[in-house]
Amino acid sequence: MTEVRELPNRVRSVLQGGGAAPHLVPYLMAGFPKLADTVGLLLAAEAAGATLVELGIPYSDPLADGPTIQAAGQRALAQGMTVRLALEQVAEARAAGLQIPLVVMTYLNPVLRMGLMEFAERAARSGVDGLLLPDLPLEEMAELSSSAAEFGLALNTMVAPTTPDQRIVRAAQVSSGFLYCVSRTGVTGSKSGGGDEATSLLTRSRALTPIPLALGFGVRRRQQIQELAGLADAVVVGSLLLEVADAAPDPAVAIFEAVSALAA
Amino acid sequence: MNYPGRLLITPPPPGGRYGAFGGTYVPETVMPALVELADEARVAFADSEFLSELAELQRDYAGRPTPIYRAARLSAHAGTEVWLKREDLLHTGAHKLNNALGQLLLARRMGKRRIVAETGAGQHGLATATACALLGLPCVVFMGSEDMRRQAVNVAKMELLGARVEAVESGSRTLKDATSEAIRDWVTNVRDTHYVIGSAVGPHPYPWLVRTLQSVIGVEARQQMLEQAGSLPAVVVACVGGGSNAIGMFAGFLDDPMVRLVGVEAGGRGRAQGEHGASLSLGSPGVLHGANSFLLQDEDGQVAATHSISAGLDYPGVGPEHAMLRESGRAEYAIVDDVGALETFHLLSELEGIIPALESAHAIRWAVEHGPSEPGPILVCLSGRGDKDLDTVLAAGPPP
Repeated sequence: MTEVRELPNRVRSVLQGGGAAPHLVPYLMAGFPKLADTVGLLLAAEAAGATLVELGIPYSDPLADGPTIQAAGQRALAQGMTVRLALEQVAEARAAGLQIPLVVMTYLNPVLRMGLMEFAERAARSGVDGLLLPDLPLEEMAELSSSAAEFGLALNTMVAPTTPDQRIVRAAQVSSGFLYCVSRTGVTGSKSGGGDEATSLLTRSRALTPIPLALGFGVRRRQQIQELAGLADAVVVGSLLLEVADAAPDPAVAIFEAVSALAA
Repeated sequence: MNYPGRLLITPPPPGGRYGAFGGTYVPETVMPALVELADEARVAFADSEFLSELAELQRDYAGRPTPIYRAARLSAHAGTEVWLKREDLLHTGAHKLNNALGQLLLARRMGKRRIVAETGAGQHGLATATACALLGLPCVVFMGSEDMRRQAVNVAKMELLGARVEAVESGSRTLKDATSEAIRDWVTNVRDTHYVIGSAVGPHPYPWLVRTLQSVIGVEARQQMLEQAGSLPAVVVACVGGGSNAIGMFAGFLDDPMVRLVGVEAGGRGRAQGEHGASLSLGSPGVLHGANSFLLQDEDGQVAATHSISAGLDYPGVGPEHAMLRESGRAEYAIVDDVGALETFHLLSELEGIIPALESAHAIRWAVEHGPSEPGPILVCLSGRGDKDLDTVLAAGPPP
């Protein structure tokens, strides 16, 4: 028997109808900086005011990630992180009181290895609300899309500055959560996320779809986030938070402070 | 001499699918570039001007056609007739130039102003750097730092040709990581950069594009066998890392059902995970570098470490068309280990005066092992020459 979640679309609903300021979405890596840090960091992000959180499950060959997230993933894997353990840690975080929606970002192969159905079922049972797979383009999404739907998971899709308008429309139709707008051609942690490319992509996307728009890749400063008011519904900050967590004696305190400062 | 430039031009597989394999598993940023590349390649392969420019370069610059050679002393040793397709005689010393020249002409057609490539043994990087020098385009080659150590001469050659060689320090610091880094560069610079992938791997249309450009090997070899040996080969053998020389060779013989096709993978030091590069023989289906194919991975879906004495076979994935040929049974895949390849490196040097690449030595080894039970003729793709491997071979000690 599978448990059907009560609020299958809360990834979308939590980002819709926000105020003028975009929601801050922290990205954390399961098992980083230490294997057992995941639960504490998720709770710290929520306590600091995050309304949605992204959790990376590490993969050996992350094509969309820059040096910071690559290195974090390598370390998490070396410390023993696996897909199963990451999902168990999500369940632990839920048991410890984590309320906000959680979207897992990982790559296709670990998901395929577990099996799409089994992955979707385990993820949903663990308290995951949505999925984001940067190496799964629209063309290849049908099978995961139906597995995700069966277990009430929001499948989020990605668009980039190079994506033509008609493809943005398609991506928005396929998404059951938000539309992840990649701020520039590049990988995560790129130096100058935002700027004209991001503005142009957000403006194009907004004209083409009413679903929530999340901007990510290379966002590091509070000012960047504020400048996106009215353009993006959410802004994802990843590499910066991993650097902060890694450098701090108490990563949970550091994440709380960094997320608070960005969200203020 | 008239050289028509014989490519086997087939339409791209629908959806980039080879049965259950293939596909396009890449970040969204490069999806439009892949569509553009597929469209451009289809148009170019129907354009006689493009094909004749490529054919002229293949003939006058690269040295095609490469000969086939009846290796008499090797045949006597193997107990059957062995022919070698001499891709080692191609400019830059390996089959890789067939692909690099074609892709560079395509890149120029698409107005790309910068080229990136990955390399393992250095032969593809060298071929790409060469073609870039020829066409005057800047070239960046990503290479694992472990491979840079193993293939220092090729690094020096690429730099002489004006390419920048970027050391890749992530993961195992070999071909897999260099490929990931080249893809990341392409994702970042996709608007003005063409990514010249070096093997019949990656997202669609690359497996089809590379196969088409390498099919010149098999198309030439088939005609040469008929003319010089008087018959088709009984067996065609080629080494398989990503599988570009093998798929190019096999392409010429796929429609000859009586010709047995054998791909030889790297057995490395043993059958345990991490000790070999035999994705088809010992791996399982999975997605790496943009395609669904066979893959060496752990139970969590993390890509496994690999080992081979030959850098070009030290790769955990393989082209999707090979996965399909294995599933259908049209081709079979065998394993030769480091020791066998090393022995054969010395054997061919001593018997024929030909120093083979360690990659190619794997394929020749299969012919030596199976010669006594094979009526022949066996046609082996001698995909490259072995100068680049001298340090590795000398470090391994005197011949057994």
